[in-house]
Amino acid sequence: MRAQRNVAVVGVGETGFRTHHADLTYVELAQQATLAALDHAGMTPDDIDAVVFSMAPTQFAGVNDSDKWAVDSIFGAGRPLMRINTGGATGGSAFQAGYSHIASGLYRTVLVVGADRVAETPDTQHILNLIWDRFYERDFALNTVTMTALAAQRYMSRYGAREEDFAEVVVRARRKAARNPNAHLKAATTVGEVMASPRVSWPHKRADICPRSSGAAAVVLCDEETARKSKRARPAWVNGCAAITHSVFMGDRVGFWSDTEFADHDGFVLAAQTAYRRAGVVDPAREIDVAEIYDPFSSFLFPQLESLGFCGRGAAACLHGEGAFDGDGGIVAANPSGGTLCTNPIGVTGLVRAADAALQIMGEAGAMQIKGARKAVATAIGGSTQFFTCIVLGDDSN
Amino acid sequence: MSKTEGSASADVIPGEWRIRYNYSVGKVAGAFFDGLRHGRILASHCSKSGLSYLPPRAYCERSFAPCDGWTEAGETGVIEAATIVTAAFEGLPPPPYAIAYVRLDNVSTAMLNFVRGLDLADVPAAAKRLEPGARVKVVFAERREGRVTDFHYELV
Repeated sequence: MRAQRNVAVVGVGETGFRTHHADLTYVELAQQATLAALDHAGMTPDDIDAVVFSMAPTQFAGVNDSDKWAVDSIFGAGRPLMRINTGGATGGSAFQAGYSHIASGLYRTVLVVGADRVAETPDTQHILNLIWDRFYERDFALNTVTMTALAAQRYMSRYGAREEDFAEVVVRARRKAARNPNAHLKAATTVGEVMASPRVSWPHKRADICPRSSGAAAVVLCDEETARKSKRARPAWVNGCAAITHSVFMGDRVGFWSDTEFADHDGFVLAAQTAYRRAGVVDPAREIDVAEIYDPFSSFLFPQLESLGFCGRGAAACLHGEGAFDGDGGIVAANPSGGTLCTNPIGVTGLVRAADAALQIMGEAGAMQIKGARKAVATAIGGSTQFFTCIVLGDDSN
Repeated sequence: MSKTEGSASADVIPGEWRIRYNYSVGKVAGAFFDGLRHGRILASHCSKSGLSYLPPRAYCERSFAPCDGWTEAGETGVIEAATIVTAAFEGLPPPPYAIAYVRLDNVSTAMLNFVRGLDLADVPAAAKRLEPGARVKVVFAERREGRVTDFHYELV
């Protein structure tokens, strides 16, 4: 696939993320992000040709298919609007849908927006259990916590990673989140505290797991001509997008006969190779400055950094402990925002990754800014560790 | 118009969804469940790719051809991934319990189930015993009802 037109991010809007937003309804939250992104882009709703709505299971917020409820609040009336849902990868897929709208030449300016309220129900993990096959898998206690624990246990066994290595991810993520005004969990912590938090599903302990966040995010995407005329002197150009999907059956992705590896998040091997090729990236470890990695569990960072080509298999834990992923001349600055581990509004998390990466390229990431960031990658994973999206942003339109 | 009571911004309106379903089993799962009733685990087989699938499938996802036969899975297999759940989740069994993806002998893919009969009091020690590569056996329930819960795994 070759893009017909270059595409840029010219506006980003995020609300703060926390457990509850008691002062706003779900659709009012989405509206706040929409208004912020339009303001950032220097645009009005009239400038928007099409809207992509980013929303995963609507049972969290408790209004079925809540894209319908949101239409007026996000100025969707009178223009085409579609909802995207690929579970945890929803925001990444919604961004890619918006990108395709413009790259194909069909639309000039697209708003990608969504909101989530994961803590509106105490039954979040029950809702997530319901994504699995009714006949064969749902009876065996799958939810996102146990599913990812299974992959983490396999990763530990293959590469020798320890619980303490994962705990170190939490410590560094919190330190970074403290510099992010929108982050949900920012309190400093220690390896000892993480290790002492209650066990949930081996090797996950409470502190290895993301919070249930409420909040909204939006980006304004447009074609090159519009971007050049926009108020943004330094847009974030979408250099490459790609996605790969795996079977719902994780048991197909292990063992001798499998051509994919469950423990490795290796959907990103193909997705990243494709996105890098489109972006002209040959050596990601040298060329990419910032990686906004989808890591709702502390075990997610290492296999993704490896599959994205930043280091060899099994090497990420050791390099991480040495600070190689903290910026400051390391391999790549991973999650300067604090990442998904500190903030997880599921239906927009992938969009937040792309938005935070875009702010880095724009040079507008505030206290999170990685100096001289010119190339960034943003990822998301959804479903039964199943949908993988990879977005490469840069300061040049390629 | 009278003042609305309790209009503070912290107000919430409670809600609950209750939705009922009847899931159609279909031919493939039906044959698998019939096998379970007779104490057999049947994997769907594709003669074109040579792969045998658990859970069974109508089509082979490698060759894109219909699965055209059944293979009986062995009574033992190998753990590919496992976890020990020590927290209570709504709608799930009371903790602690262990689950594992197990690749049974004669089958290409791994199938999830509980691993029972293991002391889970010391979680790291139990996790060590459930590492990928550990051998397990299939144990059938005395009374079977043609559901996937008719069997579980135990360490050999």
